[in-house]
Amino acid sequence: MPGNEGAQELVKLIIGIVRPEKANDVLEALYRADVRGVSMSRVQGHGGELDRVETYRGVRVKMELAEKVRFEIAVSDDFVEPTIQALCEGGQTGEVGDGKIFVVGLEQAVRIRTGETDHQAVTPLDR
Amino acid sequence: MSPMLAAAPAVDPGDTAWMLVATALVLMMTPALGLFYAGLVRSKNVLNTFMMSVGALGVVTVAWALIGYSLAFDTGNGFIGGLHYAFLRHVGFAPRAGTAIPHLLFMAYGATFCIITAALVSGAVVERMRYGTFLIFMVLWSVLIYPVLAHQVWGGGWLNQLGTLDFAGGVPVEMASGFSALAAAMVVRARKDYGRYALLPHNAVYVLLGAGLLWFGWFGFNGGSAYGIGKPGILAFVNTLLAPACTLVVWILLDLMRDRRATAIGAATAIVVGCVGITPAGGYVSPIWAMVLGALAALPSYAIIVWRPRTRLDETLDVLAAHGAAGLTGIVFIGLVAQRSWNGVADGLLYGDAAQLLWQVVAVLAAPAYAFAGTFVILKVLGLALPLRATEREEALGMDVVEHGEEAYTTGEGAILVAPDAPAGADAQFARL
Repeated sequence: MPGNEGAQELVKLIIGIVRPEKANDVLEALYRADVRGVSMSRVQGHGGELDRVETYRGVRVKMELAEKVRFEIAVSDDFVEPTIQALCEGGQTGEVGDGKIFVVGLEQAVRIRTGETDHQAVTPLDR
Repeated sequence: MSPMLAAAPAVDPGDTAWMLVATALVLMMTPALGLFYAGLVRSKNVLNTFMMSVGALGVVTVAWALIGYSLAFDTGNGFIGGLHYAFLRHVGFAPRAGTAIPHLLFMAYGATFCIITAALVSGAVVERMRYGTFLIFMVLWSVLIYPVLAHQVWGGGWLNQLGTLDFAGGVPVEMASGFSALAAAMVVRARKDYGRYALLPHNAVYVLLGAGLLWFGWFGFNGGSAYGIGKPGILAFVNTLLAPACTLVVWILLDLMRDRRATAIGAATAIVVGCVGITPAGGYVSPIWAMVLGALAALPSYAIIVWRPRTRLDETLDVLAAHGAAGLTGIVFIGLVAQRSWNGVADGLLYGDAAQLLWQVVAVLAAPAYAFAGTFVILKVLGLALPLRATEREEALGMDVVEHGEEAYTTGEGAILVAPDAPAGADAQFARL
């Protein structure tokens, strides 16, 4: 769908939560898909995977929260599919705990340096 | 003073007091090495890396006491020592021949050398090798490799008889660990992401602190290798201050020339390289030559550290560069500038004895060959019976959780107590408190 009806295109926020050890693979896949504007943070979460049992000074504990990496990527509409593709491709191991992708609509995006909004704001200059 | 010590009049109290301290100093070098290595790996492998050194404190000490010491320091033949001292029989308070310290203390001092040397090899295989297999490897290595080379150069073996000089372990410690590390990296092979992604040190402060503690301990390592407070020990002690300082200066200059920035991890590496370089030569060369040695030792090690990561050889923490190359430099340097007026033993080429250089070069050819081949065979055989490395999945998860069931930097959030009598495993019953 060419998001050209009306004056401005749609902008989406893609949130991808992946294994920390796959973060580099995801970054590489995103780079290859020409997706450049990315934020990344370390998070802890629980998504139904089996818990790890660890032992500290003889006390056995079940670690309910697993380390994950959370990507936040704001893209214009036609980049939504390639971005999802890249997240899946880079993040997949096939085992429980590979993570999730959420796509949400953005009301507005602004590039602070120039004041550009929406589509311009999320499009790198060299494109 | 104990009656038994008094009954052995040849024991010197001054020598003995210093060697008690020196033994403790060298023992501390192994956890210091663990810290140094732990800083150089990724945060998910920090405990595993540290535990390889800690494991050496356990298994290598046991192996040394039961058999290793005897194989190194009993008379035996030119290749290996005998079994007269196995299980520490005949090792008591009487002075060890050639020293004025109790035989028992001589044995303990030697143990601390074997421990750190075995632990050094771990630098080649961190972040992927199975912990249990590595412990077994260290036991075999500290029986089959270290005592053999120690015997050959110190215990009356063929290099010793030939006249090869090695003050504190250029042969059995530095070249042996460096070239064993090369073999280990080749057998265990690279980490799965090696060459694809940058695998960076996670805490440079650990690396600096570890290097500082290593230098501190090295005063016992080199300063104690004359087994007393005579001139050679003092000379080695002071040279252990001078040589690494020069290595540090040269390394910083090399860093500045290459990248206009003096790196912290480079400085930490330089300290180790300088200490290694002066190890074989400490009690044989003058202070000024020790400074020259420290400066020169930086060059081959620096070159290898720059070159090695461009290859497929994942000798992860550069044991070959820091220990193999610098130890070799020090051994050869003895043959060039040893001075009888300083050491009372022998002159090198520059002071009129070319033969000394030949004996040093013989050791440089023989010891690395034995260490490399021996380690290669031990690991190949071990690999037939046990897995050498973790699976790719486990390597990705991190060796701390997989091998030790602990994390170095856990927050504790989301951790739930498991009922104490529940069996281990992911499907264990647990109580929510």
